[in-house]
Amino acid sequence: MSDTHSNTAAYVRDTMIPQKAPPTGQVGAVRWLTENLFSGPVNTILTLLGVAAVYFLFVHLGPWFQNSIWNANSLAECREILDGASGACWGVIKDRWHQLLFGFYPQYTDPAIISALTGVDLATAKGWGDASVEAEKGFGVVFRYWRPSLTFILMVAALVPVLFDAIPRKALWFSAAFPFLAFWLLWGGSIWFPVFAMMGFAVGYIAFIALQRISSLAATVGAVLAPVIWWFFLAEPIGDAVASAIPISLVPIQSHDFGGFMISIIIGVTGIALSLPIGILLALGRQSDMPLVKWICVGFIEFIRGVPLITLLFTASLLLNYFLPPGTNFDIVLRVIIMVTLFAAAYMAEVIRGGFAALPRGQYEAADALGLDYWKSQRLILLPQVLKISIPGIVNTFIGLFKDTTLVVFIGILDPIGLSSAIRADSNWNGIFMELYAFIALCFFIFCFGMSRYSQYLEGKLKTDHH
Amino acid sequence: MAMTSEPSGSSFRLSMLIYDTRYRSITIQILFLFLFMAGFAWLVDNTLANLAQKGKDINFGFLGSRAGYDINQMLVNYTNDSSHARAWIVGLLNTLVLAVAACASATVIGVIAGVLRLSKSWIVSKIMTVYVEIFRNVPLLLWIIVIFAVLTEITPAPNAFRGENPTSSMFFFDSVAITNRGTYLPGALFDRSLGDINLGIVSVSTNYIVLIALIIASIWGYRALQRKAGVVQEATGVRPVTWWKSALILIAPTLIALLAMGFHLEYPELKGFNFQGGSYLRNSFIAMWLALTLYTGAFIAENVRAGILAISKGQTEAAFALGLRPNRTMNLVILPQALRVIIPPLISQYLNITKNTSLAIAVGYMDLRATLGGITLNQTGRELECMLLLMMTYLIVSLMISGAMNVYNNSVKLKER
Repeated sequence: MSDTHSNTAAYVRDTMIPQKAPPTGQVGAVRWLTENLFSGPVNTILTLLGVAAVYFLFVHLGPWFQNSIWNANSLAECREILDGASGACWGVIKDRWHQLLFGFYPQYTDPAIISALTGVDLATAKGWGDASVEAEKGFGVVFRYWRPSLTFILMVAALVPVLFDAIPRKALWFSAAFPFLAFWLLWGGSIWFPVFAMMGFAVGYIAFIALQRISSLAATVGAVLAPVIWWFFLAEPIGDAVASAIPISLVPIQSHDFGGFMISIIIGVTGIALSLPIGILLALGRQSDMPLVKWICVGFIEFIRGVPLITLLFTASLLLNYFLPPGTNFDIVLRVIIMVTLFAAAYMAEVIRGGFAALPRGQYEAADALGLDYWKSQRLILLPQVLKISIPGIVNTFIGLFKDTTLVVFIGILDPIGLSSAIRADSNWNGIFMELYAFIALCFFIFCFGMSRYSQYLEGKLKTDHH
Repeated sequence: MAMTSEPSGSSFRLSMLIYDTRYRSITIQILFLFLFMAGFAWLVDNTLANLAQKGKDINFGFLGSRAGYDINQMLVNYTNDSSHARAWIVGLLNTLVLAVAACASATVIGVIAGVLRLSKSWIVSKIMTVYVEIFRNVPLLLWIIVIFAVLTEITPAPNAFRGENPTSSMFFFDSVAITNRGTYLPGALFDRSLGDINLGIVSVSTNYIVLIALIIASIWGYRALQRKAGVVQEATGVRPVTWWKSALILIAPTLIALLAMGFHLEYPELKGFNFQGGSYLRNSFIAMWLALTLYTGAFIAENVRAGILAISKGQTEAAFALGLRPNRTMNLVILPQALRVIIPPLISQYLNITKNTSLAIAVGYMDLRATLGGITLNQTGRELECMLLLMMTYLIVSLMISGAMNVYNNSVKLKER
C-alpha cells in the first residue's frame, strides 16, 4: 500500500517534525500577563486602576516607613531627628511595648535576680528611661513580668495538644490543669485555692465511678452533687488547714492592675473555651422536643443576639450588684468574662443550629435505628458531624469574640486601646497615634488571621468527601 | 402457652417519671422550669433587697422630666428644656440614621469588593483580598478610633483655608470643606417653601414630601410605559420606541418641581473662625460611618463572593446552551439564585451594623446609648430603668430587622415538596 502511495504522492513525510515552541504570547510572563492582568478591556482598566492605587499608597506610605525612627524617647525628639520629613516614630513602641502587653501589672524587681539574669545593675538605674536599663529593655522584660510571660508560654504548651492531634494525647492532662495553674500564676495567692477547686472535678469523677454500679441516674446526680458539696463545705476548711501547714503562695495581684494584650487574651481565651460548650447546650436546647426547654433557650438566644455587647458590659459593671445578694462584690474581670461568654455562646448556638439543620435527616434516623439514647446519639453520631460542618462559623465567632474584647475599655479595663490613650496622655508621647494603633492592629491581626488559617487547616484535615 | 405481658401503663409507678420516656420529658421540663423560676426569683429578690437598701424604687417618671443637656446632632426639635423621653427619641433617630447610612454604603462597598475579588485581574483580586483580610481581622473599635484620629488630627483647621495663599483648599469647585471640626457640604435650600407638616414628634418639610411623591410617581409611570410597550411587542412583534418618553417621565416632573420651588444649593463659606452655611457633618458621625462601612463592607464582600461561588458553573453553561447572552444569564439565572444565598447573611450584617452603632461611645456621637444610656442615666441615677429601656429599644429594632429577614427568607425559599 505504502509503495503505491509513495509512487502517486509527490512527497510523504517519513519522520515526525519536532515540536514547535508555542507562540511568545502563550508562554511565560507574557502569557501570565495577558491572562491575569490584561485579558480584556474591562480587566485592563481594572488592572491599571489597581496599579495606580498601589502606587498611590506606596508614594504616601513609603517615606513614612522608610524614615522610621526607633531610637527616641519622646515625640519631640522624633520630630527633631526627622526635621520636617514624614516618618513613623516607632520609639513609642520600643519605649512602651511592655505596657501595651502587660498593662500596669506589677513588675518583679528583685535587683539581685534581675541583674543576675540580664547583667544590668538596677541599683544605679533610675527606670525605663535610664541608659543602663536600655540594654535590659528587650529580653529583660520577660523576667520583670515573669508571671504573665510564663503563663503565656504555658498557654501555648497547653493549646498545642488541643489544636494538633499529632501530639500524644496524654499531654491533654496538662491542658486540663492549665486554667488553674494560669489563675494562680496571674492572680497569685495560695496555690491551694486553685488546687482544691480542681479537686472538685476529681471528686465528681470519683463519685460518678463509684455510683455507676448502683445506677446511672445515681451516678449522674452524684457527679453533680459531690463537687458542689466539696466546693461549698469541705474545700475551705481542708484548704485552710493544708495552706497553714504547707504555705506556697505568690504575691496576690488585683484585677485592676491587669491590662494590655494580657487582659484581651485572658478574656478572649476563657470566653472561647467556655462559649463552645455553652453554645452546644443552648443549640441542643433550641432543638429540643420539650417546649419549655426550647422556649427558654430561644428567649435567651434572641435576647442576647438582639442587644449590643456594650449594653451587656454596662449591665455587668453597673447592674450586676443589683442582681446579687446585698454586699457581694466580685471581680470585674470575672464579670466581663461571664458576659462575653454568654454573648458569644448565643451566637455559637445559632452557628451550631445551622450545622444541625445542614445535617441530612438520615443521620438522625440512623442514630435512632441503632437504638442509641439521646446523649449517645448526639455524642457519637450527630455532634461530630455538626461541629465539623460548623467549623468556619465557630471560628468566626471566636474571632468576633476576641475582637470584641476591645470593648472592655468602656467599663474602665485598660486593654491595649485604653492603654494607647494613657500613653498618648503622657507629655512625652502627646500627639502620637498612628504608630500605637498600627502596633495594636498588627497584634490583633496576627491572632485573628492565625485563627482563621487554623480553621482552614482543620477543615481540610477533617474533610472526608472526595470530590 | 402464649405469654402476653400486660402493658404496665394501667398501673402508674413513681419510678416511671424517670425511666419511662413517656413521662421523663415532663419530669425534666418541670425540674427545668422549677430551677429557672428559682433562679429568676432569686435575682428579683436580690434586686428588690438591693433597691430597698439604697432607698430606690423602680419608677419611669424621670422620662417626663426636663433633660437639661444639649445634643449636638438632632433630626427632630430638641432643646435642653425637652424631656428625657424626647432625648431618648433623638438618640434613637441618630442611631437609626447612622445605621441606615452605613447599611447602604457598606452594601455598595461590599458588593463591589466581593465581585472584584473574583475578578480575573490578578492585582485587583489581590488588593481586594488584602482589604477584606485587613478589615476583618482588626477590631471595629480600633478602626473607629483610627479614622476619628485621622479626621481630627490630620485634616486642616478652618483657619488653614484663610488668606491669600491658604495652606488648604476646598474640594469639588469650592463646595466641600474637610476640616478638623467636621465636613461642610453644600446644603439644599428652597426659595418658595411649601411649609412644614407636623407629625407629632417630627415636622417634615412639605417640599421633600412633594419631591419624594413625584419620584415615586415617575417610577410608577415609567414601569407602566414599559409594561405597555411589552404588550404591544407581544401583539405585533415590534417594540415601540420608548427611550425619550421614559427619560421625560423619569426626569421632567422632578426637574419642574425643583425649579418651581426655587431649589438652589447653599455653599459653605469661611466666615469668622469657622465655615458657615451649607450642611455640616460631624467628625464623630463621619468616623462612625466610614468605619462601619469599611468594616462591614469586608464581611459583605465575603458573603457576596460566597453567594456567587455557590452557584455551580453548570448553571452558567446551561444558560449559555439555551442561547442566553451573558448579560441575561447574569440577570435571569445567576443573580436570582445567588441572591437567595447572599441576602440572609447580608441582613444579619445589617443587624450587626445596627448593634455596632453603639460603639459611638468611642467618638462621642450622640446615639441612643449616649443619650438614654449615658447622660440620662448619669443625671437621674436610674441605672436599672435606663438599661432596661436601652436594651428593650435595641431588642425591638433588632427583632424588627430579623422579622423582615424571616419574611424575605420565606418568600424566596425554594418550595420543597
